[in-house]
Amino acid sequence: MLSINNIEVVYDRVILVLRGVSIDVHDGAITTLLGANGAGKTTTLKAISGVLRSERGEVTKGTIHFGERRIDGMRANEVTRLGLAQVFEGRRVFEHLTTEENLIAGGHVQSGGAVKQGIDMVYTYFPRLRERRSQQAGYLSGGEQQMLAIGRALMSRPRIVLLDEPSLGLAPRLVEEIFGIVGRLVKQEKLSVLLVEQNAAMALAVARHGYVMENGRIVLEGPADKLRDNSDVKEFYLGLNEGGARKSYHDTKHYKRRKRWLH
Amino acid sequence: MSAEDFGFLLALLLNGASIGLMYALIALGFVLVYKATDAINFAQGEFVMMAGLVAAAVLGPDGTWLIVAILVTLAVMIGFGFGLERVVLRPLLGRPVVAVIMATIGLAAMLRGLTPIVFGSATQGVPLPIGDEPIEIGPASLPPIQVLGAVVAILFFLAFSWFFKKSRMGVAMRAVADNQQVAQAMGINVERYFAIAWAMTGVVSALGGIIWGSMLGVDIQLALVGLKVFPVVILGGLDSIGGALLGGVIVGVVESLAAGYLDPYVGGGTKDFAPYVLMILVLMVRPYGIFGRRQIERV
Repeated sequence: MLSINNIEVVYDRVILVLRGVSIDVHDGAITTLLGANGAGKTTTLKAISGVLRSERGEVTKGTIHFGERRIDGMRANEVTRLGLAQVFEGRRVFEHLTTEENLIAGGHVQSGGAVKQGIDMVYTYFPRLRERRSQQAGYLSGGEQQMLAIGRALMSRPRIVLLDEPSLGLAPRLVEEIFGIVGRLVKQEKLSVLLVEQNAAMALAVARHGYVMENGRIVLEGPADKLRDNSDVKEFYLGLNEGGARKSYHDTKHYKRRKRWLH
Repeated sequence: MSAEDFGFLLALLLNGASIGLMYALIALGFVLVYKATDAINFAQGEFVMMAGLVAAAVLGPDGTWLIVAILVTLAVMIGFGFGLERVVLRPLLGRPVVAVIMATIGLAAMLRGLTPIVFGSATQGVPLPIGDEPIEIGPASLPPIQVLGAVVAILFFLAFSWFFKKSRMGVAMRAVADNQQVAQAMGINVERYFAIAWAMTGVVSALGGIIWGSMLGVDIQLALVGLKVFPVVILGGLDSIGGALLGGVIVGVVESLAAGYLDPYVGGGTKDFAPYVLMILVLMVRPYGIFGRRQIERV
């Protein structure tokens, strides 16, 4: 449904941050994009959604197709109209608006009736938001803000959602709750998700397919269960040793093993 | 306090409040732009002056074409707001806020320079069919134009409060004010909302120009009412509509009390700076104004 073909992203006309990135997001499933800080994951999402332009970034090579439409170079508000929504890293709720007003703003591209239905749908998936409906969003807890950010993105009735680090700064139990709801959304609302995560274990548990990114390049890709078994992924992203046991800092010898994909 | 003194105080308060509401009307234009676009419009007074000049020119000395004059003034000011956003401000998008501020200061100078060439520099009247007979409200007797101005201001405040709280367009506009990038990702056309904000400022300025023009007469000096916007919005909070209303009333009342009680001792003129003294005092206590948006910090 969404295919990114060999894109290159340049900031301020000189700083090359993505080189030849290709990603396919499968229909009705979660595709995950893993990588360390600064690998270029968030930039990839921003290139897709079109908000890159407001940060002086530009897709200079390659193409991004959403269904049949080519969307690289389109403005973010037009991409949203086509049925693609982005949940930003760090939640980024409209702090001075109430919970419900955040949802109304999220449904901007929909008709009035669809907004009402959308709000009901979001409250069904996130009952906690209903309790907080008239509270200013800036004063919600981190978990509630994350739920609101996801709910707000759903308001435009997207077919595909770009989900940027939903686990950031949240307690493990909340992370599990939120991932559970995302999984239900994918099944019940036939949503496709491109998930960016640092919590690789969680991401690979829910995703069907995964990509690993380093220094602006895709270095590894494959079905999620294959990636889970890959020894490099285990060592560098899951913190397990080759036998699959949890690595302990006590018995780690601090030699630097070369990652095999680097040659 | 004798009954007479009390009557005097009440008259000062009422007079101040009605003038203050008229300040608030102009401040509203300033707040609308700041709220949506983060730009500080130093040309707010010049907008009002321009609207007054247009109204006076269409109305003529007899004031026969009242409805036409109001409609033409509204149309001109809305068009001016849209045009200004498109030509001057949109190219500055993403630039530092200072660039926009400088642009509005330049615009103010330009308007003050150009309008006398087009409209002449003589003071013109904006005759409205409301008579000169003072309206008695309790102990105060207010000029009818002040009462009209206060009523118009209150109506506008109700309309705008409704707009920002209840309409989807208003909510979208507040979303834009909160975070432009995220708002755009919600499918909101940010530039269009900027243009709408400037056009709304045009509407408020049109009404302000007609009312203030009718009270003071229209010439270049009318732009000076724009200076009163600053104590008003700083007292009320730069981005608060209710704050503009309250700030306006406070400034009006402080001026009126200063003129009534202090002027006899010092020989006059205190009303011109009293609001600014108050402004500085308020800034010390609440730097974001009485109703201004606080930066939300969760800890």
